[in-house]
This record gives sequence, structure tokens and C-alpha cells, in this order.
Amino acid sequence: MAEKHTISCLVENHFGVLARVAGLISARGFNIDSLTVSTTEDPTVSRMTIVVDADAQKLEQVKSQLGRLIDVIDVQELREQQFIDRELLLARVSSANGAMAAKLEALAKRFGARLADKTDRSVVIEAAGDTKTLDQLVEQLRPHGITKLVRTGRVALEK
Amino acid sequence: MAKLKGAQILIECLKREGVNLVFGIPGGVNLPTFDALYKSDIQVILTVHEQGAAHMADGYARASGKVGVCLATSGPGATNLVTGIANAFMDSIPIVAITGQVRTSVIGNDAFQEVDTIGITRPITKHSYLVKRPEEIARAVREAFHIARTGRPGPVLIDLPVDSTVGEAEFEYPEINIRGYKLQARPKVDPEAVRRAAEAIGKAKRPVIYAGAGVLHAGAWAELAELAHTTRIPVTTSLLGLGGFPETDPLSLGMLGMHGFEYTNYAVAQCDLLIGIGARFDDRVTGKPDEFAKQAKKIHVDVDPSSINKTVLVDYPIVGDVKEVLQQLNRLVKAPDTSEWLKTIAEMRRKYPLMYKEKTKILPQYIIQQISEATQGNAIIATGVGQHQMWTAQFYQFNAPRSLITSGGLGTMGFGLPAAIGAQFGRPDAVVWDIDGDGSFQMTAQELATAAQHKLPVKIAIMNNSFHGMVRQWQDLFYEGRYASTRLNPVDFMRLAEANHCVGIRVEQKADVRPAIDRAMQITDRPTVIDFMVEQKEDCWPMIAPGKPHNEMLGTYETLKKDGGLAQHRHVAPDEESKLSLG
Repeated sequence: MAEKHTISCLVENHFGVLARVAGLISARGFNIDSLTVSTTEDPTVSRMTIVVDADAQKLEQVKSQLGRLIDVIDVQELREQQFIDRELLLARVSSANGAMAAKLEALAKRFGARLADKTDRSVVIEAAGDTKTLDQLVEQLRPHGITKLVRTGRVALEK
Repeated sequence: MAKLKGAQILIECLKREGVNLVFGIPGGVNLPTFDALYKSDIQVILTVHEQGAAHMADGYARASGKVGVCLATSGPGATNLVTGIANAFMDSIPIVAITGQVRTSVIGNDAFQEVDTIGITRPITKHSYLVKRPEEIARAVREAFHIARTGRPGPVLIDLPVDSTVGEAEFEYPEINIRGYKLQARPKVDPEAVRRAAEAIGKAKRPVIYAGAGVLHAGAWAELAELAHTTRIPVTTSLLGLGGFPETDPLSLGMLGMHGFEYTNYAVAQCDLLIGIGARFDDRVTGKPDEFAKQAKKIHVDVDPSSINKTVLVDYPIVGDVKEVLQQLNRLVKAPDTSEWLKTIAEMRRKYPLMYKEKTKILPQYIIQQISEATQGNAIIATGVGQHQMWTAQFYQFNAPRSLITSGGLGTMGFGLPAAIGAQFGRPDAVVWDIDGDGSFQMTAQELATAAQHKLPVKIAIMNNSFHGMVRQWQDLFYEGRYASTRLNPVDFMRLAEANHCVGIRVEQKADVRPAIDRAMQITDRPTVIDFMVEQKEDCWPMIAPGKPHNEMLGTYETLKKDGGLAQHRHVAPDEESKLSLG
């Protein structure tokens, strides 16, 4: 059965590596849920955190295919409970008046989030957290009218 | 330290990698490279088309075991290489393709003859390099050859913008240190996995070895023979594995799969242990993957972990160099009692031999049998793709490693002639034949000029049926005989040969087949093309229809026998039978 898996890859910090990884995953018919990439404590190495939808056999294929790439130094699957994951969310939500904005701010606070911006008609809520928490926040914001939403996708580290 | 131009650095690197021959075509942006080659002692084989250069590098690599090198200019030169690179990728052949590129300052500007070569070839190369500065050339070349030839071999592309070849840098040949590749180059073999596999072999009652091209890449044919002989386990090979185990050996089952031998596929369907060695369970081998060797536990030895459990789930995976694993296995393994099983197989071999019906016109199967006899199974045989390729696999008796040069994974029509040319350059003393179809041959026929220019004694046998024969067969089987775009306009290949300064022979009668082959064998100073006018609608049997299991074959011995008029086939030679039944 297909489910979401988090793969953490250490890759060479060259141009073209992202294209190789993304190309390989799409060419093999896997769906990328999210992919983040940035440098690590070693500036010659980047870490990619990839969330894919796949069943167990396909997941093994993705991992071993990634391992075949010369620029991929290490591939690890991060298993549930064994890693910390975070993503960042920005959501613009309609707020007709000041009372509404205050209500949204209170809601945000319950999720450890804050208002990043505020206008007469809307507020921008900034939240960091694991995927599940952010999903819950989005559900609570939805009735208020989300006009724009952006999420970074997951970054993760082993515990 | 004295500085060298980038192109000279490239030549110095090629020399250090043992390259003395390259295939290619010059153009605007790779002129500095060709100029440096001109001044060096590396031989440059000018091809007619870049696809020819890539296939020649491929054929050269397959025949010699060395890395083949092809060169092309940017843009159309590079795109013309693409089919050849993809072909090498699918069959894990070590080639290095060196393409010219527009100067770095205009990359991305849609400059004249610019394409994103790295982007286009990314999914069909093992790795690639865009070398933007002359200082980076040496490392790129060093790593490219290392990556091409180690681990699971494959094509590596080096894209050289013209300014990096004219710019100067100090030359130093670097040490190899690729942190993401060390384990791939030579994976560590898990001794426990080998031990478990050896134990399974010792307990097996109906084991079959299924050997692929990995045996040839690893140079492990002696180790394979040792395993088969000490355990008395019969060996079937994939198309690309042919030659890895001599077909004269009583334990040889020949080829399995879509057009494999009937009894071989039955043996695989009945076996209780399948020992896959350097083979990737391709769909042409497995048919319906869930049904493939359904009763069997499966061992899979492969250097590439991504090959394991890709299409067929296995019980005993062993990742490692095939030669190293076989050596370890040979030390541990205890022979099971296979005498009953070998008797069963001998019986099936007797009951379901490979046969064909005599017809008035010449049959390709007969021609290939005659070539097999005339060369005693010791020639290098290149093929195109189609019916003639499958008949070659069935009717030529392959006895030597690296003797079949054929496009397996990609199925590239037009591979035969340039691959044969490359093979002849790689093994100058070998007898090299291209067994081809008229459709396949015409896709790269222009390379006759290359063969003639170098007076290569390559022999080309064209099974000329004026059809894309395999597609025509599928149209008869699955499309009610509607021959959509499969009839070919007849071509006079004898005159095409003569126009290219080759010997041309046309054969229309069965009696003239062998004399023509013998005559071609005598010609050593130029290529010979034999245009065999064969039966137009001969079908290739037996066949497993796509997605069907191995015990549901079409064109079996029983169905052919009903119509009568069967001719004998080599694979039921009585002495082989008696040896086999003695166990």
C-alpha cells in the first residue's frame, strides 16, 4: 500500500544534482510529495529531504536507484518516531476587521504561530511545525477564508 | 609546471586510460579536440553518422572488454549519439562519449548548434560532466573512465565547451576519490548471504542457473562453468548472457524467455531453485513476472542493488561482483543430486526440440545454422534487432565469451553493422559477422563506407524479406494480418555493397547458401555483403506472447508438428542427449 515516506539524502553540492535526483524520481514513475535542499555543516555537501508516495517495494527501488547516482553520497529512510521533522507555512487569511484579526492571532498562538503581517483586509500567519500540526492549523484556518497558502515541505533530522 | 591546452590534456588522459582508438565526427566546437588527436598517435575512425560512432564504441567495448570512446560535436552531433548512448546504458556497456559544446559564455543562449546535451542524456548515462574550465578536464576524464568500467558498467558523457579545450592549464593526473561511488565500484559481499545461498543450492532438487551479461562483464565465465560442473546444475542464459556458458556443454540449456527454447522455458517453469547470476529478470525473460519460475526459490547475484527485487522478488539476494561471489560460492557449495532432474530435462529436450518447417525459399534459420557451422561457433556475431536476431540466438551455437554483440535492452534496429565494425577494431584477428535484417540494416547502412575505408573483413549477412519481419509477425498474431507500414521496398544490396567498395553477393537458392558463406570467409581485405533472398513471411517460434507465463507458448513443437514437414535442429544432437541423460 502506498504511503508517505521520508528519505534523507546527502549529495554533492554541485550544480545539476537536483536535476539528477528529481529526474530520476520522476523517470521511475514516483510521485514527489515534497523536496527540500540546502547545504549542511559541510559546505561541499547538501542535504535533500524527499517525501515520496510509494509502497514498500517501490520505496526500496527509489532508495537503491538514488544510491546509484554518483553525486549521491548517502541515502537513508527516516522512519516514523525516529526523526524530527519541521516545515514552515505562510497563510494569508481574510480578516474583515480588527476583532477578526485578534481572533486569528489567538488561534495562531495556540499552534505556536504568529502574525507575520497584517493589513486592513487580511493577516499573514507564519507557522513552523511538523506536517501533522500544520495540517490541523490549515483546517482551522480554512473556514476563515485562506486566500493564499505556501509550505516549504519537510526538513528532517534523525533523533 | 608547463601548461597544456585543454584538448592536449584530454589526449594525455586518453593515453593514460589506454585508449588508442576513438570513433567520431568533427564539427565547429570540437575542432580543437580533433586537431589535438591529429597530432597524437591515437587512431581516429571517422564514421558517416554519429550514431555509428556510438554503436562502434559499444561494439568495440563488448568485443574487447575495454572502454569504447566516441566523439561528436555539439547540437546535432550530440543528439545523433543519443540512441547509441541509450543502447549502451540499457545493456550496461562501458563507453565514454565526448561531446563538443558551445563556449561557456553563450551556454543557454540558443547559440548555433547548441543543445543541453547533459540534460538530454541525463537519464541514459551512468554519469556525466560539463567541464567548464581546462583545469577540470583531467579529473572528469579520469573519473569518467573509472565510472564507466567499474561496478555495473555504463556510458559516461563528457561535455566539453570549446573554450575549455583551447584554454590552458597545468596537467596533473588526479587520484580517484569519489565518495558517492566507492561502494558501487566494488560492493562488499555479505558472506552470510553467500552461505545461505550455498545451503539452498545444496538442498535443491530441480535447480537451474539463469546467467546474464553480468557474467561477461565480470569476466566470470570460468567461475560459472566451475559452479555448473561441480554441482551438475544446468545453465540457461539470457540473450545477452549467450557465450557466457558454451552451448556445446551438455549442461547448457541455451536461451530462455520470449523466443527461448521450449524445453528451457518448461525447465524454468518447473525448477525449484532459480540461480540468477548477473541477469536482471528483464520482461523478455520473465513474461508475466508473478508467474515466472513460480515454484522456485530464487537466488539473485548482481553488482547493482537496484536490480534486485526490481521486477521479481527473490529469496536470496547477494550484492557483489559476480566473479567474487561465484568464487566464494564455489568454495562453499555442496553438490545436490540432480540426476533425476537432468533426466527430466533430457526428456523434455527430446520431446520439444526447436524446429522449423522446410519451405521452397531459403529460410533464415538454415542460413544461420550454416554460418554457425562454417565458423564453428567461434566467430563474433553482431546482429540488428528483429526476427533475425532471435533466430541468431536460437540457431547460432555460441561457445565463446564476448561472441554475441546484440542490442538487448533498447532493441536498437541498425545496431548490427556499426557494432560489427567496432568489434572488428576491438578484435582485429577475429572473424566478425553481422547477421542482419533488411529493415534493421538500412537504418545504419551508410557505415559500409567506414568499413570499406579501413578494409575491414566484416561479413554482413542480410536476411532480406522486404518486411519489418518481427512487426509483421505481431501484425499476423495480434492485428489480423493488417500490415500497417511493415512492407519494405526491395533494395538491391549487392549493388549497394559494390557502390561502397565492398563485395556484394546475392543468394536466391538454398544450394548457394553455404558456398556464399565460404566465399565470404575467404575475403580478408574488405567487407562482404551477402544479400540472402529469404522466405518473406517466416515466423519466429516458439514465442511467449507479452505478459503470458512460460507454459503458454505459441508455435510450440506440437503445434508445428501437426502441419508436418519439420526439419531437424542442432540442439537435439544425440551425443548431447546421451551425455545429459547420463546425468
